[in-house]
Amino acid sequence: MTATQAARKQSLTSKASNYLDERTSISGAVSFLGRKIFPDHWSFMLGEVALYSFVAILISGTFLTFFFDPSMTHVPYEGSYVPLKGIGMSVAYHSALDISFDIRGGLLMRQVHHWSALLFVASIGLHMLRVFFTGAYRKPREINWVIGFLLFILAMAEGFTGYSLPDDLLSGNGLAIINGMVKGIPLIGTWISYFFFGGLFPGTAIVPRLYILHIMLLPAILIASLGLHMLLLIINKHTQFAGPGRTKGNVVGSPIMPVFAAKAGGFFFLVFGAIMLIASLVTINPIWNYGPYDPSPVSAGTQPDWYIGFADGALRLVPPGWEVELFGYTLTIAILAPMAVMGVFLVLVAFWPFIEAWITGDKREHHMADRPRNNPTRTAIGAAGIIFYAVMWAAASSDLMATHFSLNVFYVIHVLQALLILGPIIGFWLTKRIAIGLQKKDREMVLHGFESGRIVRKPGGEFIEVHQPVDEYERWRLTSFDAYEPTKERPNSAGRITAGTKIRGSLSRWFFEDRITPVTKSELEQSKHDH
Amino acid sequence: MAKRKNRGRRHPLASAALLILGLAAVGGGYTVVSEAADASAPAPAASQLTAEDGQRLYMANCATCHGVEAVGTKNGPTLIGVGAASVNFQVMTGRMPLAFQGPQADQRNPQFTQEQSDAMGEYIQTLGAGPDKPDEEWLDTSATGVDIANGAELFRINCAMCHNVAGAGGALTEGKFAPNLHDIDGAHIYEAMLTGPQNMPVFNDNNISPEEKRDVIAYLHYLDESPSVGGWDLGSLGPVSEGLFIWTLGLGSIVALTVWLTSRPN
Amino acid sequence: MTAHENADATPHGDALDKIDTGSAVVTDDGFENPGFPPHKPRQTDLDPQKEKRAERQVFGWFLLSMVGSVFAIVAYFAFPITESDLGSVRLNNLFLGLGLSLGLLGIGFGAVHWARQLMSGEEIAEDRHLTRGTEATRARAVEIFKLGDEESGFSRRSLIRNSLIAALALFPLPAVFMFRDIAPKEDAVEAIAHTMWEAGTRLALDPTGTPIKADDVTIGSAFHVIPFGMDNHAHDYLDQKALAVVLLMRLPAEDLNEVEGRRGWSYDGIVAYSKICTHVGCPVALYEQHTHHLLCPCHQSTFDVTNHAAVIFGPAARPLPQLPIAVDDEGYLVAQSDFTEPIGPSFWERQNHVNNDEHVQVLGQNTEDRA
Repeated sequence: MTATQAARKQSLTSKASNYLDERTSISGAVSFLGRKIFPDHWSFMLGEVALYSFVAILISGTFLTFFFDPSMTHVPYEGSYVPLKGIGMSVAYHSALDISFDIRGGLLMRQVHHWSALLFVASIGLHMLRVFFTGAYRKPREINWVIGFLLFILAMAEGFTGYSLPDDLLSGNGLAIINGMVKGIPLIGTWISYFFFGGLFPGTAIVPRLYILHIMLLPAILIASLGLHMLLLIINKHTQFAGPGRTKGNVVGSPIMPVFAAKAGGFFFLVFGAIMLIASLVTINPIWNYGPYDPSPVSAGTQPDWYIGFADGALRLVPPGWEVELFGYTLTIAILAPMAVMGVFLVLVAFWPFIEAWITGDKREHHMADRPRNNPTRTAIGAAGIIFYAVMWAAASSDLMATHFSLNVFYVIHVLQALLILGPIIGFWLTKRIAIGLQKKDREMVLHGFESGRIVRKPGGEFIEVHQPVDEYERWRLTSFDAYEPTKERPNSAGRITAGTKIRGSLSRWFFEDRITPVTKSELEQSKHDH
Repeated sequence: MAKRKNRGRRHPLASAALLILGLAAVGGGYTVVSEAADASAPAPAASQLTAEDGQRLYMANCATCHGVEAVGTKNGPTLIGVGAASVNFQVMTGRMPLAFQGPQADQRNPQFTQEQSDAMGEYIQTLGAGPDKPDEEWLDTSATGVDIANGAELFRINCAMCHNVAGAGGALTEGKFAPNLHDIDGAHIYEAMLTGPQNMPVFNDNNISPEEKRDVIAYLHYLDESPSVGGWDLGSLGPVSEGLFIWTLGLGSIVALTVWLTSRPN
Repeated sequence: MTAHENADATPHGDALDKIDTGSAVVTDDGFENPGFPPHKPRQTDLDPQKEKRAERQVFGWFLLSMVGSVFAIVAYFAFPITESDLGSVRLNNLFLGLGLSLGLLGIGFGAVHWARQLMSGEEIAEDRHLTRGTEATRARAVEIFKLGDEESGFSRRSLIRNSLIAALALFPLPAVFMFRDIAPKEDAVEAIAHTMWEAGTRLALDPTGTPIKADDVTIGSAFHVIPFGMDNHAHDYLDQKALAVVLLMRLPAEDLNEVEGRRGWSYDGIVAYSKICTHVGCPVALYEQHTHHLLCPCHQSTFDVTNHAAVIFGPAARPLPQLPIAVDDEGYLVAQSDFTEPIGPSFWERQNHVNNDEHVQVLGQNTEDRA
């Protein structure tokens, strides 16, 4: 390239930038965002996995809308899959089969769409766990946690509406279950079902209705919430783990331009590429096996996608006979109880930041991500929650556990019923003990250093192992965390201790009674003198 | 910068290569290697053994549980009237003689030859007539008029709730299960429908006609012979295996990528 | 770039001091932040050869991506789908997918490799600020609201303010009513409380619609049944089928423990039960001919056919409704009437739709421990 060519090229770029800036003030946005800092930690990428799988969903979904027809009009199958030839089915199922068997790349895009949907919800779940265990939802990020929670619910709703669109036997039976659950709602359940299905189940309205929800209403809300989620991320800046040079007042990492942009941009292609690779090698939801929806047949192993599994499992764990007659009306406890349990669980998740803030009373901003061990009770609550969720989730595959491990399916259910109660309790206790143990180990390390493996004989003949003190960087990493003590129940201005104060006091004791505080300078001095 | 213990001089592309290799090994390997395994057809019955031979075999191997004269004992039901179809199914799928008492008899290698089994079948027929082995005509799935789509529909209505739509099998009560139906001999499928072995209901000819039974067999054989179009089928177990896959291999490989992405090269 | 001297100072240090720390343990005795450790250069920073090699590797990835994308286009045409050939669909999916994967992964690995090895490896610190606006900004915001209130009279003119609020609250209400017609005008409860079965309707095979004679049903059989004469082109075929599907079984007559009022509902060991689960409505169709258990594959509710389909396991609360059957002059099985109670999952108004004249209540469940 000659010098004149280079000069012309440069001036072209600058001309274009100038043109754009004079019309948009884009230079302001670039100077505001361009060198913003993002800290590097693998667990900070999980939200990006969710974002990028969502982009993969949008791209593949758009392709699918060009071929999918959500009508429930009954037609005979005329496509090329032999075992369905001539069978009556809805246009929706017919077009989903055409996408799979008669359109080049159609099956691939269906598989990309479905696999990325599974990955989307899974990565949201993992991202939420990361945020939970590092306490990254504390002030000022409580609102963003709630928006994130909303995104999680929306992702599940998107998943469920999508699962129901092909109108095959699996999706139809999924809708039959939803219909049964809705009918269990007291007073209005029958009518809600009637409005939802546009008359009797299954009717001919449900697929087009779900389609509009799936491709328009829910994505619109989802994208808006996603925008808000990321806007707040920029305003709040990312949390970071404690480390040398990192303070409550700064954020340390790579700037957007160029390192973070290259990594995050590259990561989008990696996530999309991994999804594509999975979609080209591994089957997902072979709808042709299931046949068109018909209320009579059902398949063994009729399960929802993984993220609805916990709800299906909760239904399975109910013992027989949970139904009461009340003044001539029927209350289906067998459905209401699991719905209430799941509802309480989800509400606790959604409002957790506010609950914790109320217990600690801490009004400061928190930008340092906790190491999970440094808040043992929170970590233990998280572990108990995971176990509770996992037991319900496992219950949704009780039949497969029975066949694959040669067990009695009734026995599997009984064990899971017991685990649903005992598992979280044991998990809580165990996790808390482990976290406190790790904290003690950290303290030990700061106070006495780590074992160097070098044995020295003292003049007196005594053998000792030399302990090497940790360096100041490691010491900082191990000692810079927030510790709390139980709140004292103080009377209010009227001189009374209210019930709220008492509850808060006992929760605070439960949280912080067993605690390990970070090593202080004087403690370290003291320990040096002891030696 | 926090101290990172970056031991091991892994090549920067190692995790990338690992990811591709892992996925390719699991999925690609399966996809490329065609599973054109065909159920070996049983040798045509050249029955030189007679009902008397069958009786001797019966007395030696079956009478302990099913009783002398096949009237049944507390350990086994009577076999009077069960027919040769039932004998052929139970013996030639290795379910009988029973390996051990359990919720249900397991499939294993047959303990008798086809001739021996046929002889026992003839003996059982002499005690009281029951359904006989199917005519070859009803096992010929390449005959004209065989309708795979009809077989598939009948399969979904009558069989899929226990055996799963893809014939992958499923759980029943108290440790019993409906077995996997891949690569099963057509005669055995026919006999199972006709006689209702163990806890399977009977599907007699008024319920599913011989032509329809042939359609069902044709559909199951179609499934055996067809490749899984989307790639590795994960055992055709439905959403559970898909969920497990995305949480382990799927999310696992992506988390490995995030670790690589955020690590500092030395 | 340098580390901050004062570790915990923030640009709003003063404001921070006033913030309530709740039950946090605040100590002056903590360690000082040691600041950034010395920067360790990468091999690509030190060795120009390594740098060159990394550059070649990045190029290699981008080249691979280009090859992949071109391969995907080639595969689109080279592996077409031929009608009814599943193998061709599989190859199309596989090779198109592999090409696209390579196209994507090549860019991804190349870009990340570039960032890790060749872009600046130094970490940079950026200051945080308290999220709340500065005092001046906040004061200005309050002032703006006050001005707005004064200039509009929003607080002062309470009549028009309140009427505006009322109008805004009312205006979306018509939309609620406009959605009434997403379901038919008929009563929802009436619609689900009855099925197509009536006295004399023949039992027919699903899906062929062939009527069934009593002597067709041998002991141990299970027949999947729909009412005779269903028109599978009718617009409500599936709706009616979803209400009317029945499982017909024949047990040795002595195995049935029938209650007094229901002795006439079976025919010589032949019994018919609704196939729709009383839990949430999956088809309960897994019949075990020796134990006479009926299992639902969705949530494992188990019903005992010998005891009028009483629940013996799982979350269902009620037995499956029984269809009273008889035999007509020609030997065909017919229904004596519709079900005497609504079929399927429980709903609020269910009790009002049990046909009290004909319904015979049976024991709801028989929950001996089965595990």
